[in-house]
Amino acid sequence: MTVPDGKLDQAAVLDEASPARASLPGISGWPMLLCQVALGILVLLVWQGASGRLVDNFFISNPIDVAVRLYGWTMDGSIFRHIGATVYATAMGFFIGAVGGAILGVWLGVSPFASRLLSPYLNALNALPKVALAPLFVLWFGLGLESKIALAAVLVLFLVFLNTFAGVREVDQDLIDGARLMRATRAQVIAKVIIPSAMSWVFAGLKISVPYALIGAVLGEMIAANRGLGYLVQFSGAQFDSAGVFAVLLVIALLAVGLNFLVEIVQHRMERWRIVGR
Amino acid sequence: MIDIRHVSKSFHKRDAVVDAVRDMNLTVERQEIVAVIGPSGCGKSTLLNMIAGLYAPTRGHIVYKGAAVKDVNTDVGYMTQKDNLLPWRNVRDNVAFPLELAGVGKAERARRADQVIAHVGLEGFEDRFPSELSGGMRKRACLARMLLYGAETALLDEPFAALDAQLKLAMHDLVLRLADENKQTVVLVTHDLMEAVTLADRVLVCTRRPATVALEQRIDLKRPRDVLNVRFSNEFKEFYDALWERLRLEYHEDRV
Repeated sequence: MTVPDGKLDQAAVLDEASPARASLPGISGWPMLLCQVALGILVLLVWQGASGRLVDNFFISNPIDVAVRLYGWTMDGSIFRHIGATVYATAMGFFIGAVGGAILGVWLGVSPFASRLLSPYLNALNALPKVALAPLFVLWFGLGLESKIALAAVLVLFLVFLNTFAGVREVDQDLIDGARLMRATRAQVIAKVIIPSAMSWVFAGLKISVPYALIGAVLGEMIAANRGLGYLVQFSGAQFDSAGVFAVLLVIALLAVGLNFLVEIVQHRMERWRIVGR
Repeated sequence: MIDIRHVSKSFHKRDAVVDAVRDMNLTVERQEIVAVIGPSGCGKSTLLNMIAGLYAPTRGHIVYKGAAVKDVNTDVGYMTQKDNLLPWRNVRDNVAFPLELAGVGKAERARRADQVIAHVGLEGFEDRFPSELSGGMRKRACLARMLLYGAETALLDEPFAALDAQLKLAMHDLVLRLADENKQTVVLVTHDLMEAVTLADRVLVCTRRPATVALEQRIDLKRPRDVLNVRFSNEFKEFYDALWERLRLEYHEDRV
């Protein structure tokens, strides 16, 4: 199982935020931000310059066209409908997958019989590229938002499940024995020892699965939809509108960055409440 | 109180069978403090696990207050070198955990927890988390939790092995005081002979694995004991030497 990934990921992010990084020699802080902005402007300038001269504008468009396209979509409001659809499918898929994965993980984690019984099937399902389920979801749930939610949910579910399951298995047996000696019932052991103890794993799973929820939603929209950012990128591509494709990619990237930012804030809160922190 | 009759325990490790305890016999009276001493890894902890009902003996019976131990023995408090406090709960909530399990209301359990926390000398640390406490403070929190839980028997498995000598003495004093106040029966497992003689009414020397009782020595030192000075008395030295004479054999054989 590739479960500890989430934990590693968490550690890496924490490390990045730690003050040790600020003490690295070289440029940091405001000067670094200026350099970063300068690099961005340079890339845009090279892109603008290369377009139509070195590479056909048909393939790579150019920053001005992309900006014009974005401006137009923003002014007529059409982009917001697509963003709304994608965000909704991402959020719903994430929520359903997270709840389902956490419940499944705890259940199988505390029930050796069920986990042994289901393990070959779960392994097979996990190995399956979940994206291949998309046509099935379209059949079941139609062309609307539901099929995108289902795809996002399935991606999230397995990640959260694997992390939760590993977390429950990792619970210190001595803590469980201690609680049993103090007359804890089985339900109390699960609610007051196993679940809190597995929480840091669950949150690691939730954190890594946020981008996957977005991937699921966008992919679902690319396969069959009439709105959403995935639909828009697919539609623009089919129209040979490279400016449109780049414009949507930019929006998706901003959305992903926004979601990661949200996760960071939530994680910070969690640590303050000592739900995750040890 | 506790009657261990011809108890043996073996574990299966792949194909090999490891005998941890062989034909152990021991009777612990109510309010007695019994120390079991022996080389590390000799199966002493297995004995406590069996008294707690966490393991079933392979052969023999463990009788606790007249009834065979068949399931988890909820009359005992168990304290190990690892302190087993819940890391996501502060001291108050850790100490109050047994009351919470029993369904006692929040205000009531906080009140009673704060009382025992003060009693073990941890006042002012109620809102700290285990990771913010020193080793000795965590032991105090464990003792407080055991008090609140009203365990009539305390099983102590090398609880103070990781503490420095001064802290150990303070903890010995606290254990004796609490056991006396609460009329507890104590079974202490240790590899520290000084600790065993200081605390116990009776010391049993265990052989190397499989553990069985090699020598039983009554420690007739008066109570209450002054843990700081008791070890300088002549009687203490006699008991200590007699036990060490037998215990060293276990270590010498080890080296061969």
